[in-house]
Amino acid sequence: MPAPRLHLTGVAKAFGATRALRSVSLEVASGEVHALIGENGAGKSTLMKILSGAHAPDAGTLALDGRPYAPASPHAARLLGVAMIYQELTLAPHLSAQENILLGAESARLGWIDSAESRSRARAALAQLGHEHLDLARPVAAFSIAERQIIEIARALLTPPRVLIMDEPTSSLTPPDVEKLFTVIARLRAQGVSIIYISHFLEECRRIADRYTVLKDGETAGSGAMRDATIDLLVNLMTGREVKDLYPRRARTPGAIVLSVRAAARVPRLRTASFSLRAGEILGVAGLIGAGRTDLVRTVFGLDALDAGEVLVVGSTAARTTPRNRWRAGVGFLSENRKEEGLMLGLPLADNLTFTKLRSFGRYGWVSRRRQHTAAERWIGALKVKCRDAAQPVAEMSGGNQQKIALARLLEHPARILLLDEPTRGIDVGSKAQIYCLIGDLATSGKAVLLVSSYLPELLGLCDTIAVMCRGELSAVRPCADWTEPELMRVATGSG
Amino acid sequence: MHPVVKKLIAQAGPFLGLAVVIVLFSLPAETREFFLTFHNFKIIFTQTVIVAIGALGMTLIIVSGGIDLSVGSTIALTSVVGALLIQRGWATAAVLATVVASGGLIGLLNGAAIAGLRLTPFIITLGSLGVARGGAKWLADNQTVNYDTSAINGWMTTANAFDRTLPTGVWIALALAALTAVMLRQTVFGRYIFALGSNESAARLCGVPTARIKIATYALAGCFFGLAGLFQLSRLRQGDPTVAIGLELDIIAAVIIGGASLSGGAGSILGSMIGALIMSVLRNGSQQMGWPTYFQEIIIGLVIIVAVFLDRLRQGRAAS
Repeated sequence: MPAPRLHLTGVAKAFGATRALRSVSLEVASGEVHALIGENGAGKSTLMKILSGAHAPDAGTLALDGRPYAPASPHAARLLGVAMIYQELTLAPHLSAQENILLGAESARLGWIDSAESRSRARAALAQLGHEHLDLARPVAAFSIAERQIIEIARALLTPPRVLIMDEPTSSLTPPDVEKLFTVIARLRAQGVSIIYISHFLEECRRIADRYTVLKDGETAGSGAMRDATIDLLVNLMTGREVKDLYPRRARTPGAIVLSVRAAARVPRLRTASFSLRAGEILGVAGLIGAGRTDLVRTVFGLDALDAGEVLVVGSTAARTTPRNRWRAGVGFLSENRKEEGLMLGLPLADNLTFTKLRSFGRYGWVSRRRQHTAAERWIGALKVKCRDAAQPVAEMSGGNQQKIALARLLEHPARILLLDEPTRGIDVGSKAQIYCLIGDLATSGKAVLLVSSYLPELLGLCDTIAVMCRGELSAVRPCADWTEPELMRVATGSG
Repeated sequence: MHPVVKKLIAQAGPFLGLAVVIVLFSLPAETREFFLTFHNFKIIFTQTVIVAIGALGMTLIIVSGGIDLSVGSTIALTSVVGALLIQRGWATAAVLATVVASGGLIGLLNGAAIAGLRLTPFIITLGSLGVARGGAKWLADNQTVNYDTSAINGWMTTANAFDRTLPTGVWIALALAALTAVMLRQTVFGRYIFALGSNESAARLCGVPTARIKIATYALAGCFFGLAGLFQLSRLRQGDPTVAIGLELDIIAAVIIGGASLSGGAGSILGSMIGALIMSVLRNGSQQMGWPTYFQEIIIGLVIIVAVFLDRLRQGRAAS
């Protein structure tokens, strides 16, 4: 029996104290489509980075066609025949399709581009995918997302690949484009290329893949032939972990409706969402990354404009929906993107905490540093924030402490409606537990919380009610007790 | 290193630079007698006024994450406006107010275009650099605007070597620097300028009215540039539409040497003032050494690079 195309055993990788991969095994035959499945944070990205040469593993063995495989860089991996198609396409938008396909591998003599040969090579790569009709001279920005993906794959074909890794290739495609991509994948498989297909959409994986491997918490949780696997089996492999007692549960009686959203839509990701949020309620929004959850909270907060539908904040009379007016109406927002949008990293934590109501720290446009610091010190104590003092720049603090500051901004304001987008992303377990406690206490004291999270145990542990976002549509809101992890995952992956 | 010590070094950086430059020029035999004298420093301070007042406005803009390339042209335009008004016999106070306001108007238009059209400040102010320069020449009919005399002429004089007082311009620059420093640190507007420069999306998320703050920043900075134009007029004693070409680069250099970050969110008035002074001292010292002007240009160019490099080393160490 010939050696498998790709064979990994016991691969491990740690970043600092975080063990992204504990022990991963993976076996991919030649001319096979292999689905790699796992929740967010299960270790898929790290594994792909190791395979594509961006990271080196700490332990384990990798073999490509029976030979040890240890690429020093993504370029080295390409030369060995392992190419990666990233979720965020990596094309240069101003350059033509041909220039993009040949980027870094131009046909040239003494630095002069040989245009006839370039054209025929680019054309041949596209023909291999059945898309030789694409206009090679057009700039990439003028192509649709689906066509750009074809161009990206064509680029990978220039050095004949043995293994092609596709990361969430269908996440931004329309159903007809997904069919076209599947045709391309089938062609490549017929040519003997092995394809590692990473996707959250289990139905798609079942259709296109021959075999599967499920990752969970940095380990291989299971693998086998796709035709023997049911969706239930895959979901159980993905989610079968024990839920620790991180989540405070207290009896709450929801009060009056404070926020009501009707058929909210925003092109392109948010198609339709309707729900009502009550005082003293934690409403969870589950769903995959890119499903439109962030678009929903951003439009509710006025950071992005609605294209259709309406958002009503009870008690707000503001004519325009702007973040400024939302804060005035007692609505607070915690961004999923702490570094780029949530915090002003170079500024003192006291400023970061108080910017939403700076005018109240003095009179006639003056700010009293002393009063600002008094307020900040109160939250530093209450939330056990590790920092030097209230004047320390946020950039010098750890992720968990930064997140506490971002959250304390809503408490200091104080917001009565809290829109929390991935409040525990990328922070340590200790800080997580604290933030869970805090969210529970807030709801018990009558605040309304909208909690967006990709981490299902967190939603099931904290929320009173949960709705699921799938491809831009929000499901009906159901009590938390009616949901289970597999059920949430089924609806989120559009297979329910 | 102890955090307080670190902070002290960070604050003292520009001061150290200034001290080094002064010491270096005090030592050579050629300059020893003249350099460290009250009269020489009176000249240095007076020569710094225009760049210093421009740097006040530029500090606000750079801290807010912007840039203004039209300063030299704005100074020329406002100095021509001032000269024309004096020609027509306006009272000094009215000339002062109108010149400052016309600078403010240019800044307002710059800010409105940047916030309204969502174009980068570099592009907008590169455009207004040309517009304001052309406007100045048009207003002045492409020649210098002369007038008999004005009280303004006395604001920048260093003629009397035995007079132990500093000219009005120096005092005004000092007073404005103190006011602006307090404004930047202690008012809502000042903190919002920092927020805007540190992270505009986060500022917007916090409910900061980002467009309004941007426009107000450029308008206020424009008022400073107008005032700098008036001092330019006071120095030349005529309105010259071709004056101050490239002065914006000196002003930006002063702010950068003073420790501000071109990407916004960091900078201080005190630093910018020291930066302006360092450049004046370098010019003055080089002249006394008898070095040719091209040599001064080379030195100042190198100082900018070295200052920013040292600053980054210092901040890199502070971060780790």
